[in-house]
Amino acid sequence: MKMQAAPTTVEIRLVVNGAERRMSVEPNVTLLDALRDRLHLTGTKKGCDQGACGACTVLVNGRRVNACLTLAVMHDGDEIATIEGLGSVDNLHPLQAAFLKHDGYQCGYCTPGQIMSAAGLLREKRDLTRESVREQMSGNICRCGAYPNIVDAILDVAGANDKA
Amino acid sequence: MKPFAYARARNIEDAVGLLRDNPHAMCIAGGTTVVDLLKEGVFQPDLLVDVSRVAQDAIAVFDDRIEFGALARMNDVADHAQVAAAFPAVAQALAASASPQLRNMATIGGNLLQRTRCVYFRDLLTPCNKRVRGSGCSAIGGWNRQHAVLGTSDHCIAAHPSDLAVALVAFDAHVQIAGAGAARAVLLTDFYSEPGETPDVENTLAHDEVITGVVLPRSAAAGHSAYLKLRDRASFEFALVSVAAGLSIADGLIAHARIGLGGVATKPWRAYDAEGALIGQPANERTFKAAAEAALAGARGYGHNDFKIPLAQRAVERVLTSLVAPT
Amino acid sequence: MTLPLIGAPVDRVDGPAKVTGSATFTAEFLPEGLVYGEIVLSTVAKGTIKALNVRAAREAPGVLVVMTHENAPRVTGKPSEENENDPFLTLLQDDIVRFDRQPVAVVIAETLEQAKYAAILVTADYAPETAATDFDSAPVRMPDQFLGEDLQHTRGDPQRAFERAALQVKATYTTPVHHHNPMEAHATIAQWEGENLTVHDSTQFISGVRRRLAQVFRMSQDRVRVVCPFVGGGFGCKGTAWAHVALAAMAAKLAGRPVRIELSRAQMYGFVGFRPRTRQTISLGADRDGRVQAMMHDTLAQTAVHDDWIETSGLFSVGLYAVKNYRMSQRLAPLNTTRPTFTRAPGEATGSFALEQAMDELAYAAGIDPVELRMRNYAEKDPDNGKPFSSKSLRECYRTGAQRFGWNERTPQPRSMHRNGKLVGMGMATASYPAWRSDASAYMRMNADGTVLVQSGTQELGTGAYTVFTQLTAEILGISIERVTFQLGDTRFPRAPISAGSQTTAAVGNAVYLAAVKLRDRLRDRRDSGPIEVHANAEPADSEEDYSTHAYGAQFAQVEVDPDFGEVRLVKHTGVFGCGRVLNAKTARSQLIGGITWGIGMALMESTISDARIGRVMSANLVDYHVPVNADVPEIDVVLLEEVDKHVNPIGVKGIGEIGITGVAAAIANAVYHATGKRVRDLPITPERLLDIS
Repeated sequence: MKMQAAPTTVEIRLVVNGAERRMSVEPNVTLLDALRDRLHLTGTKKGCDQGACGACTVLVNGRRVNACLTLAVMHDGDEIATIEGLGSVDNLHPLQAAFLKHDGYQCGYCTPGQIMSAAGLLREKRDLTRESVREQMSGNICRCGAYPNIVDAILDVAGANDKA
Repeated sequence: MKPFAYARARNIEDAVGLLRDNPHAMCIAGGTTVVDLLKEGVFQPDLLVDVSRVAQDAIAVFDDRIEFGALARMNDVADHAQVAAAFPAVAQALAASASPQLRNMATIGGNLLQRTRCVYFRDLLTPCNKRVRGSGCSAIGGWNRQHAVLGTSDHCIAAHPSDLAVALVAFDAHVQIAGAGAARAVLLTDFYSEPGETPDVENTLAHDEVITGVVLPRSAAAGHSAYLKLRDRASFEFALVSVAAGLSIADGLIAHARIGLGGVATKPWRAYDAEGALIGQPANERTFKAAAEAALAGARGYGHNDFKIPLAQRAVERVLTSLVAPT
Repeated sequence: MTLPLIGAPVDRVDGPAKVTGSATFTAEFLPEGLVYGEIVLSTVAKGTIKALNVRAAREAPGVLVVMTHENAPRVTGKPSEENENDPFLTLLQDDIVRFDRQPVAVVIAETLEQAKYAAILVTADYAPETAATDFDSAPVRMPDQFLGEDLQHTRGDPQRAFERAALQVKATYTTPVHHHNPMEAHATIAQWEGENLTVHDSTQFISGVRRRLAQVFRMSQDRVRVVCPFVGGGFGCKGTAWAHVALAAMAAKLAGRPVRIELSRAQMYGFVGFRPRTRQTISLGADRDGRVQAMMHDTLAQTAVHDDWIETSGLFSVGLYAVKNYRMSQRLAPLNTTRPTFTRAPGEATGSFALEQAMDELAYAAGIDPVELRMRNYAEKDPDNGKPFSSKSLRECYRTGAQRFGWNERTPQPRSMHRNGKLVGMGMATASYPAWRSDASAYMRMNADGTVLVQSGTQELGTGAYTVFTQLTAEILGISIERVTFQLGDTRFPRAPISAGSQTTAAVGNAVYLAAVKLRDRLRDRRDSGPIEVHANAEPADSEEDYSTHAYGAQFAQVEVDPDFGEVRLVKHTGVFGCGRVLNAKTARSQLIGGITWGIGMALMESTISDARIGRVMSANLVDYHVPVNADVPEIDVVLLEEVDKHVNPIGVKGIGEIGITGVAAAIANAVYHATGKRVRDLPITPERLLDIS
């Protein structure tokens, strides 16, 4: 099968926060740029655009990934969960409430990625101690240095989950 | 990124066919290497062949071996109970790699094929024999703290960055390859090549071949093994130096030994001489020291990475010591 | 008078927006017709552009225009008073390349991908010249002053006092280039409507951006509006309007559409500033009781050939200890880089590393405990100008810190403490940062329904501005926080200073306080129930000049060092600070932890790598430049002492944004010495520096 010229766009269907979103994208559009610039879901952030900071963390089919290092066209039919779908100001997810309580942020730019990564972590059913949470959240850089508060917030929710 | 065409492979045959018909095509699986290097301009394919949905991700457990499909995700292998039990060094190497998000995305096959982190390879402006044969090596005489001390040549000193591959070469893994011709299996340590005069060639994979899986045989050494990774910060970082080692002891003497080195070599490194210095010897400090020296015999520093030689020796000693420490 | 809201650990009022992803950062605004600009950077550090090859880019899909020095709008502004070589004035105006990664073109296209692709098609032929890239061989200059501070400063006769001292410590300390790396890259959206320019910009200084744009385009400032409700981290690199801001405005003019420029992480190592390299020599002469009789702090700092900016390390030491004979000197090594810039505690962060490690060396030379040494050299009044301190809780910081940290468990002999096969070390240092403020204004309105709107043109970069000024207003007016809305980040609001120098809470806080008091008085006296509006302007009073005003603290660090590998990990840290009145205990603690985290990075891992052969940054990403990750940061114990300061400003506030980093690298280096017996005077402390300790 030979390719003549680069076809300009591919039709894809992403299920974003439960809602079907169809779009025509060029193959070189990352999932991150598709979310931010095509769907205008700007909650997911661009920090380094090369997988080194985790600011772009979303859940794809329930697993945390860096949206900057994958292409939108590769996710036809996939379920994408972003911060916008986790909770709202009037209906906060427990992680969001915990971040508020523990001041798990300062400038807020890495925060959606931190929270989505934490949401992914809680689904991974790992043994969560202070040390293991620090390690498991090391893919999310916070230049403001909210790390200890982020760990407190996650352990708060994980502990509540254990009791539930 | 330069625009490219995109095709989804439904199966291995599709993928191989697309590669065969398009000399400037490449595969993408997890994307963590490919998308990165597309953005840097180091990769400029005309066609990306998406193999991410090919059903090749099974982890199959047998009495004498475990097999991983090339598309198994790193975290799935790292978290697999039988992998951790039979090959602790492999599970530890995976868990110490990258970040949780990257481990969810990246595949076993892709990890083996990842490219060097050498800053000059990744920057189109600086001469690099690996990127453009014959253009020069900017790391020799430049900044080379991250570079190799083993397996180097005057043309290239770039280190191979994979943790997993270090553990796999240590324990005699084979990589399964499919292509236009017959399927073949290659001992992983033979799959990789040193740079020599052709640093642009890193392994024996032909353009129209794909890795379909890895076979890891059980062994006494693999079952009693560990992976040590030293780095500048506590997590989410490539190795300064890493060691995968396994030992089995009978009647106070070392019966089997395996050692792989990372961060220090141009390909995932099997330290055969070190193993030779261990077999039949008592498992003590003196033996481990001799093995460590043998492991780095012939190592050459390039200025900023000289420290890796003593550091790697000490790392070898430490891992071996930990394997015989009373629990 | 109790003020329950003041000091309370109130949750941030912008928290819900941040945790739901609904806080809008600069690149996320979407004016109609937005197009995307991608900057092309020079690939030489010095020279001239012989030719720019733009045809392929111009013909690429989606490209609207390619802007180069050949077609860019002319910059007609005049040089500023601060800088005759103002880089803005030469931006795409000529064919000269002055530094590595200088902008040489901007591609504007319909989509981000099209702009990025076309940008790689732009190539240039240069006539390169030899660039100054080597710190050690650059011709040195000696500046007199910087931002009003005297840089070649002597009191007493330090050389003689040093020579006659019973104990002498003289050592040289080095710090590398650091990059700020806020998580949000610089971004600007520029939009023209006729002759009016609206700019969304990620900045710590909206009115500074407005002023610079007006200057560049020779416009009246009231035709320029700058908007920035949230900054995703600044740390000093967003205090200056860099090239991309003007380029976005120029591109928008040329293209006739709003243009967004968002820098890539690699471009963040280009023309947007950095902390320059320093080499500092500290000479301490003391008597046998450790009382320092002579202190000399001589700094060589990197700067840019075309644009002076100075890392004033010596300013940390000039007034810190009771030393009669003191010298501070500053020399500069100019290189062909972009201008260095203010980086969290500029001068203090680097100066504290050198001085506080030298003090530790003196403690060992004298056989005196490091905390005790600080106490013996404690300054009761400013040693340089004789002024009394407006407040100073430093002794209490040392005592409380030592006690909480467990300093009395420390056996002073190096290599005397171990745990699980690791060497354990404990080190400490003094922290200090000046307290000052500039003029600020605020507008306040009480609506008919009793809700209150407050506006001031300040910035929120995670410092808690939205929250503390809301609390302050609510407290003074006796209403609940929910009834107050504080708005910032728009040049339409009353003028506030740059959010830098840890001054915002003091500057804007005093304006908000004045406005609230005014409003409260008007409320009390009013006859009708309509809305009430007040304006307030807060200026530093002359009486504040009668005092020496600083925040102080004590940093205590415990490290574990692998004796064979030299890997250093921080396992415990205590910081105790006296920062005047604290408006919010929760956000203040977070700021201090943030500063301490920066200190961990500075001590153990951060260093920008350049290849001096070509004058090019090679670590232009977040993989090769190491900032601390979560696993690097242990629990950090932070205490803010109750400190009442009646003189520093009416609300008694000192800043806390930067003091957290001061002293941390020294405390960690001192801990490493205690653990290993090896003095590491060069940052970062990476394993190769400690391979000879066993």
